[in-house]
Amino acid sequence: MSVVLETRGLTKAFGGLVAVNDVSLQLHKGELLALIGPNGAGKSTCFNMLMGQLRPTKGSVHLMGEDITGLSPRVIWRRGVGRTFQITATYASMTVVENVQMALLSHNHQVLKVLPYAHKMHRDRAHELLEMVGMAEQADRHCAVLAYGDLKRLELAIALAHEPTLLLMDEPTAGMAPRERIALMQLTADIVRDQGVSVLFTEHDMDVVFAHSHRIMVLNRGQLIADGNVEAIRNDPRVQEVYLGGGTVFKSEDEAEDA
Amino acid sequence: MKRKTFLKGMIGAAALAAMPLSAAAQDPIKIGEINHYKRMAAFAEPYRNGIELALEQVNENGGVMGRPLEFIFRDDQGEPGEAIKIAEELMTRDGAVMLTGSILSNVGLAISSLAAQRGYVYLASEPLADSLVWESGNDYTFRLRTSTYMQAAMLAEEAAKTDATTFATIAPNYAYGKDAVSAFKENLLRLKPEAEFVAEQWPALFKIDAGAEVQALERSKPDAIYNVTFGPDLGKFVREGTDRGLFEGRQVFGLLSGEPEYLDPLGAEAPEGWIVTGYPWYDLKEGAAGAFVSAYQERWDDYPRLGSIVGYMTVQSIAAALEKAGSTETDAIREAFKDLTLDTPMGEITYRGIDHQSTMGAYVGTLALRDDKGVMVDWVYKDGADYLPSDEEVSKLRPAD
Amino acid sequence: MGLFIAQLLTGLANAGALFMVASGLSLIFGVTRIVNFAHGSFYMLGAYVGYTLIQVLPGVVGFWGAILLAGLAVGLIGMLVEILVLRPVYRAPELFQLVATFGVILVIQDLALMTWGPEDLLGPRSPGLVGVVRIMGEPVPKYDIALLVITPFVALALWYLMTQTRVGVLVRAATQDREMVGALGVNQAWLFTGVFALGCGLAGLGGALQLPKGGADLMMDFNILTAVFVVVVIGGMGSLPGAYLAAVIISVLNVFGVTYIPQSTLVLMFIVMVLVLMIRPYGLFGREEVAGEHGQVGEPERPIKPAGLQVRLLVAAGVAALAALPLYGSGFMQVLTTDILIFCLFAASLHFLLGLGGLVSFGHAAYFGGGAYVAGLLVKHAGTPMELAFILAPLGAGLGAFIIGWVCLRLTGVYFAMLTLAFAQLLWSLVFQWGEFTGGDDGILGLWPAKWLSGTTPYFYFTLVFSVGGVLFLRHVAHSPFGYALRAARDSERQAEATGINTRRVRMLAFSFAGFMAGLAGGLFVFSKGSIFPNELEITRSFDALIVVFLGGVKTLSGGIVGAAFFKGVEDVLTRFEYWRLAMGLLIIGVVILAPDGIVGTLRKWAERLGVLKRAEDES
Repeated sequence: MSVVLETRGLTKAFGGLVAVNDVSLQLHKGELLALIGPNGAGKSTCFNMLMGQLRPTKGSVHLMGEDITGLSPRVIWRRGVGRTFQITATYASMTVVENVQMALLSHNHQVLKVLPYAHKMHRDRAHELLEMVGMAEQADRHCAVLAYGDLKRLELAIALAHEPTLLLMDEPTAGMAPRERIALMQLTADIVRDQGVSVLFTEHDMDVVFAHSHRIMVLNRGQLIADGNVEAIRNDPRVQEVYLGGGTVFKSEDEAEDA
Repeated sequence: MKRKTFLKGMIGAAALAAMPLSAAAQDPIKIGEINHYKRMAAFAEPYRNGIELALEQVNENGGVMGRPLEFIFRDDQGEPGEAIKIAEELMTRDGAVMLTGSILSNVGLAISSLAAQRGYVYLASEPLADSLVWESGNDYTFRLRTSTYMQAAMLAEEAAKTDATTFATIAPNYAYGKDAVSAFKENLLRLKPEAEFVAEQWPALFKIDAGAEVQALERSKPDAIYNVTFGPDLGKFVREGTDRGLFEGRQVFGLLSGEPEYLDPLGAEAPEGWIVTGYPWYDLKEGAAGAFVSAYQERWDDYPRLGSIVGYMTVQSIAAALEKAGSTETDAIREAFKDLTLDTPMGEITYRGIDHQSTMGAYVGTLALRDDKGVMVDWVYKDGADYLPSDEEVSKLRPAD
Repeated sequence: MGLFIAQLLTGLANAGALFMVASGLSLIFGVTRIVNFAHGSFYMLGAYVGYTLIQVLPGVVGFWGAILLAGLAVGLIGMLVEILVLRPVYRAPELFQLVATFGVILVIQDLALMTWGPEDLLGPRSPGLVGVVRIMGEPVPKYDIALLVITPFVALALWYLMTQTRVGVLVRAATQDREMVGALGVNQAWLFTGVFALGCGLAGLGGALQLPKGGADLMMDFNILTAVFVVVVIGGMGSLPGAYLAAVIISVLNVFGVTYIPQSTLVLMFIVMVLVLMIRPYGLFGREEVAGEHGQVGEPERPIKPAGLQVRLLVAAGVAALAALPLYGSGFMQVLTTDILIFCLFAASLHFLLGLGGLVSFGHAAYFGGGAYVAGLLVKHAGTPMELAFILAPLGAGLGAFIIGWVCLRLTGVYFAMLTLAFAQLLWSLVFQWGEFTGGDDGILGLWPAKWLSGTTPYFYFTLVFSVGGVLFLRHVAHSPFGYALRAARDSERQAEATGINTRRVRMLAFSFAGFMAGLAGGLFVFSKGSIFPNELEITRSFDALIVVFLGGVKTLSGGIVGAAFFKGVEDVLTRFEYWRLAMGLLIIGVVILAPDGIVGTLRKWAERLGVLKRAEDES
């Protein structure tokens, strides 16, 4: 299996605090890889370095063998990386389908055009994407009035618009009801299967993680402490130590990290 | 409604052309007056009072050409763009035969530019800018008030008589201030070549930092100071300068500082000894000058400001021009204004054919305190005609028409 | 050395009034997020009320008592204004309240004129503090020394109030997170009222305190406004120590500027501001503004759709009616309509930035006046034919906007707005002062259209084509991918950047495009008036556009032009009356209160309620 994403010795220090310490990981084609860890483990920092929001202090990021360290989020996106946010980010003043069209316009380098009508462009493709995430019926609704779960699905459709090879999902099910979580992750798993996309996601709901990931990596205090399939992680004493012995609260973990 | 008035105007004009004069005798002759009634209320109100007094007098005496004279007053907010719009309205819809008004130079210049383009006669009553009759002068614009150049030249003449050789100037940092300083310099250096200018201060208009300006002037140790600041700036400058002893042992020449509009707000703090241009209405008891003052006081229960006499003379000038023209046609009025001579409370004035500037002069005197109020003493009236450049120079300044 | 010390003292004394006014503005902004344009008016009121009280109250005690009472009285007036005018519109879109405060300016101007008359009042002297003391041989006015002592005292008292009292803690908490203060069970409305009253009281105190150094006049309000904005921005919006430091820096620098570069008096302040913001984008002590962090964004904008056939027909009919104007309207109607059309284009260009991009420019006049000056200067200095100058006007304005946008777009929110204001003022000062080149205040004259366009009717058609064309094009661009990208950048910069949209580039281009269109309006303006003066670059011109855009309705596509046409028309009528500013001010306040979504937005809601228009699904 070919390696889609690879980090080598990824490190980020904020002043004296080392948030991510020497993380090396590999993500293979078609893989659904979960990155977990307790509060303050460095997951979001790690994610932000992958997406270009943060520049690593040391180490490098490689996409399909090419070094993408320090490139801007825009460039990384153009290289075929899509992402969804922990707190949804959509265009509230537009309709659902226009949100997707926007990503398609950007993908086709058409955002600076002033003559054509935007709402007529890539409409069919946008509908296909909405179909894929089960949002086709809501295509013409005002984005600002959507339910939270629907926003998450819309975001997924946006992230898939440029047919990415890699999808980074930061806490994809945060803030959702348990049933919605399962449904969204099932959807994601289906897309991975059908489209051949690779996914790296962070998550704090262990049910979701254990139910859907192909492989799990555990981050604690900035360092990778475990890497393996579901069974292996479930039985790993260090992971149990971190999660159960540490007494950390799962909920709302990355909120503190983001703040 | 607008259309109606327009049509009425048309019919009126047609009737005027077709019928003998007697039939239209009661139709007033309308003059469009544009000013900054709100933005510069302290100046515009006395000016308007002067106009209304004169109108009443003119109309009591049978009007002009047997028709009453009427002014339409409009507020332009002190915006040149608005003034242009209003001027168009006055001339095309309200049936005004000519335009007058404005205190601010920029508004006056804007109207004069329109006047030349559209062929309207404009009598710039109060704006001071020299360029109005010189660099930017045109065939359709005339100016009544003693210009910046003339008043600066009068003060320069006084300054040349003193022993002072080093001068410092303080003037608001915009066109009027710059004109006032350069005219003073030009005239002083002509009369007194050894004069030297050791400092030039340029406070922002109405944002003077008086303490700092006084310190800067003091630093240059001049023999004399030429002041062009006015309004709130003048009050601050006088107070800081007096407190910090800037004026001690120094002769100060103040442009416009003796005009009641600027002098009166200073009250008992009026700077004694300054040589200024202004309007000493309190000492005008005799002749036409005195008659105007008492008529004004009787009519308005208030004393006249400089603006009042300008307003009064504006009406006089327009009435005289119309009488001389014998018509309300633009070309006739324009021709009539050229070399028009009339008697005013300030004596005889002439609208010079060469540059359309009237020879209205100014009172020059020394500031003193009387009953805790600033007044001008030892004043003389200087005829404007004596303080204009030679005809040769003027024709060089003015674009060939 | 003596002179240096004396100069320093002068600067510090000058900082006094400036600090008090600025700290009030900063406080109000920090807590209520209102940019109080009327702050200068409260300063002016303080001076007038103080003047009147000093006439009544005798002696030293009377003098200082009068000053304190003036501050108190103005605080009460501020409280009244807050309750009557601002409280009803806190839920309106962000910055909408500043329109209401502009209405307050107009009302106060006329009321002050009615009450105190038109003549400037020279401030009374402070009893016992007349004259100077000598410090190292240099005279320093005694009152300056008094101010030097009072100002830090007031600053300390404010600091104590803010940091050591419960009220202060609540106020500071509200600066950070107003929702939380509400959650703490504090009556937010009264907290706002209190802070607004305190801020206005400080302005009034500043106005009264400067009396012995100046006086009271009707132009004080606008004359101090820019300086106060500059101080607040340099210090950091919402920061009291920042306001103090900035007031001192500006005042002291000004004193030395006056002495060593006397020509610098207008520009110095703005140059300092631009420099500070280049290095510290949020002022010396300011915090980064995060859009919407204060929970005041209002309801989200609705999706837009190109006009349907009905609307298109309606617009076509309207344009046809306009085009036929010379057949039934008088010459003056054409002149007036020309003015209105030009202003509509100007307002629409600002609306494009504001409505679609969420970019509030406080200095849009720079491009309107800038375009006009480009044309004027070309004609004057290069003898450029009118047609060519007209074409170059928008290009010049667009280029200028590109350069200014490049600098300003590093900032966001109100700091962006303030920086655009600073650049506009810088440009104005340059034009105003550089008389040899620009004609200064005397402007440039004789800028009339070419022969084939001279005359009211031909120029009316010329304006009609370019204004209507410009407005329609702006509207079309709103529906194009570029317009969508601009909205995307406003709605969620994070998502836009994450999907490959270069939001900075989009905004730069939008800013330049809006500048271009404003320049087109400026080009039309200059040849319709035949002359150009620095007035067209003034802060009031920028405000004019801002106000009509807000009043028309920011969140609607046609808000800009409807607001512009409505207010230009109303202004033409109202200025015929004596107290037109009062009427205009009350009208503005009335619209703000009755139509918090702007004229178009509110009409739309009414129409929806009446069932004339289809209800939006999010309408509650």
